[in-house]
Amino acid sequence: MQGDVVVTAESTNTFYTQIWALIDGMFSAIWSILHPVLSAIDPLCGRVGVFSLLGGNGMLSCGDLGWGDEIAHGFYITASLAICTLPLGLAIGFLLALAKQSSVGQLRTAADIYTTLFRGLPELLTLFIVYYGLQIVLQNFAGSIGFSGPIEINSFIAGMIAIGLVFSAYCAGVLQSAFQAIPQGQYEAGYAIGLTKSQTMRLVIMPQLLRIALPGLGNLWMILLKDTALVSAIGLPDILRQTFTAAKVTKHAITFTGIACLLFLALALLSSVIFSWIETRTKRSEGAR
Amino acid sequence: MTYVAEMIPARAAPPEAVQRYSLSRFAGSLFMGVWVAIFLGTAWFMYSGFSEEKFYKYGPRMISGLGVTLQLVLTSLVLGALFSLPVVYARMSKSRALGAIAYGYVYFFRGTPLIAQLYLVYYGLGSFRTFFEAINMWWFFREAYFCALLAFTLNTAAYQAEILRGAIESVPRGQTEACNALGLSKLRAFLTVILPQALMVALRPYGNEIILMIKGSAIVAIVTVFDLMGETRYAFSRTFDFQMYLWAAVLYLVIVEVLRNAWNSIDRRLTRHLKR
Repeated sequence: MQGDVVVTAESTNTFYTQIWALIDGMFSAIWSILHPVLSAIDPLCGRVGVFSLLGGNGMLSCGDLGWGDEIAHGFYITASLAICTLPLGLAIGFLLALAKQSSVGQLRTAADIYTTLFRGLPELLTLFIVYYGLQIVLQNFAGSIGFSGPIEINSFIAGMIAIGLVFSAYCAGVLQSAFQAIPQGQYEAGYAIGLTKSQTMRLVIMPQLLRIALPGLGNLWMILLKDTALVSAIGLPDILRQTFTAAKVTKHAITFTGIACLLFLALALLSSVIFSWIETRTKRSEGAR
Repeated sequence: MTYVAEMIPARAAPPEAVQRYSLSRFAGSLFMGVWVAIFLGTAWFMYSGFSEEKFYKYGPRMISGLGVTLQLVLTSLVLGALFSLPVVYARMSKSRALGAIAYGYVYFFRGTPLIAQLYLVYYGLGSFRTFFEAINMWWFFREAYFCALLAFTLNTAAYQAEILRGAIESVPRGQTEACNALGLSKLRAFLTVILPQALMVALRPYGNEIILMIKGSAIVAIVTVFDLMGETRYAFSRTFDFQMYLWAAVLYLVIVEVLRNAWNSIDRRLTRHLKR
């Protein structure tokens, strides 16, 4: 009996290992194509990167001696965490907004519990609860199917889930008020010309919804960007953690903590530029009046 | 011309519409079921893993941590409110230099994470030890608590400055002009006419800011301040008992919900003359 269990555990193990190897191989193939291009145009450590131009041979240079490349790596981790969290949070937030204005009482209550919970908890606590709690849950689950090894959750995934939960709770509020700003007549007009429910949603409501919700979503994106800094507390080597390590090693704390702040400012500046571009683009359809 | 010659007899009420079992009803039951399962599971986990010894050992510590959290937040909110006044003044002044400085300050503190600002103050400024010792300020920058207080004050001052500025600008120009016409002095007009109306507008965002600060203050645990989060992390590191985080979550939720509802009722009470 004991033997059986062990065998299943091992076979699933090898199965996952194979899949993992496949995914890994795929990514490394993509990476080998993209890497030369990306490393050349990298704004931090590329040919004309900030650190490669200003760093010289000092502690900010991009080689083995300096911290430029580590910090640049952290910068991309922060950026990719935020970018990966955004679609997750938007999708959950959209569903929540739909649930909040549904005619089914249970659905509304459930969505309200969700938003109350994740708006009320500190982001850091949510992160810890997800990080440690998920580990405990998975450990128990794996134990029940006969796998008894230590399970460690990837801190990137944990950060994505936790920040996505918080983001979606706020996003639901923004989308809900945007939904309320769309007149009932828009739905009725959609049905009147024979569109189905999903077609009305996609072709009539969504474009207007996006335009109304965009400023609110822009604010939420900025908050999301700042929340990603918290994942350094569970060990993800993001901007803050890399600069903190650099500060500890080199004893130039003010330089490196200052660089962390400046990098976050750069992200904020970049996203405000992108958002204003998107906003002018969505406003085109309103036409000249 | 037609008219009804005889009374139309009463008819039976239409049959009650059959509530069809729809996808959203299924989703509602499912979603609610998940919540019930999570809450029951959590309650069972907290009940079965409850240990009196840990409760009496770490319970009081967590309550005192809550006190530290509230004290930190309250102090920084008040100091931030005071410091936001000159920032708003500079931001709204006609001098471009003052305006630019205030704008830069607000942009910096609103554009960077609070935790990065905390690191900047605690580790960054803390590295100038000899300088601070020379001007007798080292006692301040040595303590993580004071550093957190400074970072929070500067942060919330930036946010509060934006709230206040938005509120003041939302008061119609006609109010200022009416004050001029009545011959009120500028200060008097501002204090008795503009500011009360502005604060009414600012009430709700101020409430949000308080809640954001309470939630944001959890990060001081990372720089070794023993607030609620810090005590929780301490208890967790000693016991590896996940319950500690759940207790902290309950405490935070209670605080935030009580505050939110209290603030809402204050807001309703104070703005009742604006409702139609």
